Amino acid sequence: MSSNRKISKEEYQKLADKHEKKRPIVKNCMIAFFVGGTISLIGQVISFIYIYFFDFSEQTVGDPTVATLIFITMLLTGFGVYDKIAQFSGAGTAVPVTGFGNAVISAAIEHRTEGFVQGVGGNMFKLAGSVILFGVFSAFVIALTKTILIQMGVI
Amino acid sequence: MLLGRQTWLFNQKPKIISTGTVGGPIESEGKLADDFDLLHKDLFMKQPSFEQAEQQLIEDACKIAIQKQKMRFEDVNFFLSGDLVNQMTPTNFAARNNKIPFLGISNACATSTGALALASYFVDTNGADFVLTGTGSHHGAVEKQFRYPTDYGAQKPPTSQWTVTGAGVGLVSKIGTGPEITSATIGKVVDLNQSDPLNMGAAMAPAAVDTISTHLAERAVDVNYYDLIVTGDLGEIGNSIALEMLQDQGIQINENKFKDCGLMLYKSNQEVFAGGSGAGCSAVVTYGHLWKKMNNKQLNKILIVATGALLSPLSASQNQSIPTIAHAVSIENGGV
Repeated sequence: MSSNRKISKEEYQKLADKHEKKRPIVKNCMIAFFVGGTISLIGQVISFIYIYFFDFSEQTVGDPTVATLIFITMLLTGFGVYDKIAQFSGAGTAVPVTGFGNAVISAAIEHRTEGFVQGVGGNMFKLAGSVILFGVFSAFVIALTKTILIQMGVI
Repeated sequence: MLLGRQTWLFNQKPKIISTGTVGGPIESEGKLADDFDLLHKDLFMKQPSFEQAEQQLIEDACKIAIQKQKMRFEDVNFFLSGDLVNQMTPTNFAARNNKIPFLGISNACATSTGALALASYFVDTNGADFVLTGTGSHHGAVEKQFRYPTDYGAQKPPTSQWTVTGAGVGLVSKIGTGPEITSATIGKVVDLNQSDPLNMGAAMAPAAVDTISTHLAERAVDVNYYDLIVTGDLGEIGNSIALEMLQDQGIQINENKFKDCGLMLYKSNQEVFAGGSGAGCSAVVTYGHLWKKMNNKQLNKILIVATGALLSPLSASQNQSIPTIAHAVSIENGGV
């Protein structure tokens, strides 16, 4: 009959590590690089179109470009395609502005059943909220640093 | 009858006389699609939310199991069931509609065998004539609760598992024909300090090993007594860890006789990572595929060990390790 030998947590960690399938990091990075690059390329094309056909300059074209990319993301998320692309691309679709859009839109869709105010409104930024918080906070810290340095005459 | 500390031997031969299994769209493309009674093409199943869709799954599975025996809900004494959604809402609401006296059981994905063991105990001790037992899970509802919104693009690692959309229910009774439930071992909670919620197989494997070795020791049978030992949702990684741990303990189990519901359910070309998981995973395979194989006498003695990870979204975000559990139930054909 079996001996019910106790295995220690450390021994088990070694066993679990041996069987664990690792993420293919190099492959994931390569894919992320090319997909992220492609999204940026599309953004650049959209920018050129806006500058060429409409009354935008290189300084003002940023906002409509981002809005267009987010609109495309919204359609892809709503039709349930974005998460499939993201499984393939990883950081490639998460880092550009499309990833931020997807985080907001998917949460809004998910909580639609709980109503517009408490559901959509309350949960829309549950993933993207920390991006906004830490984004604004880092901008504040950098602006403060810059102001102090200017006042001290360093720059 | 109690054997050892935690194993019940059922002398009165409670049987699974009828079953009902319902699956979702991914399951209908899977390897065991033919073994389902009802398959839905749409994840919402004509319901307004994923949670209500899960309730629909459980209700449908109950109805099918009862109708196969030409019975009514009023003929059933007890309904033992549970699921993964907060406060077991889908099951509670399904029990509101079927009006069978109800006990909610929550052991995460080990609910299926835990509830089956209790149902058999009720019937074996003449505490009930008919007990309906089973569980379900819904991919969307579980993803929403434990992970991210379903449409959120997070890349999953190869160790993660795919939550099954489906419900499986069995009707346990002494009256009627069907495979007999001969024994059950209630598992204890095991925690070997694994904390990655995207690698649940590795967290749950020790619980499965503990329950299997305890079951074999307390029932005093050799591992080869069983035609097949099936774990609930260990997936690829958990399955290989459990196999190695069992062999380390001197339990010489053949690789081909040690399967996992999460690995049986889907085809290799379906993108389910390390395999299926969820409370419905072991329930649909047990009450669908395995129940049919038992009835056809293709299998005669099986041990089902559903495994559950008892984490919550809160415990995971507070970086606690994952406690796990496994319950074993042996199902055998009489006269073999």
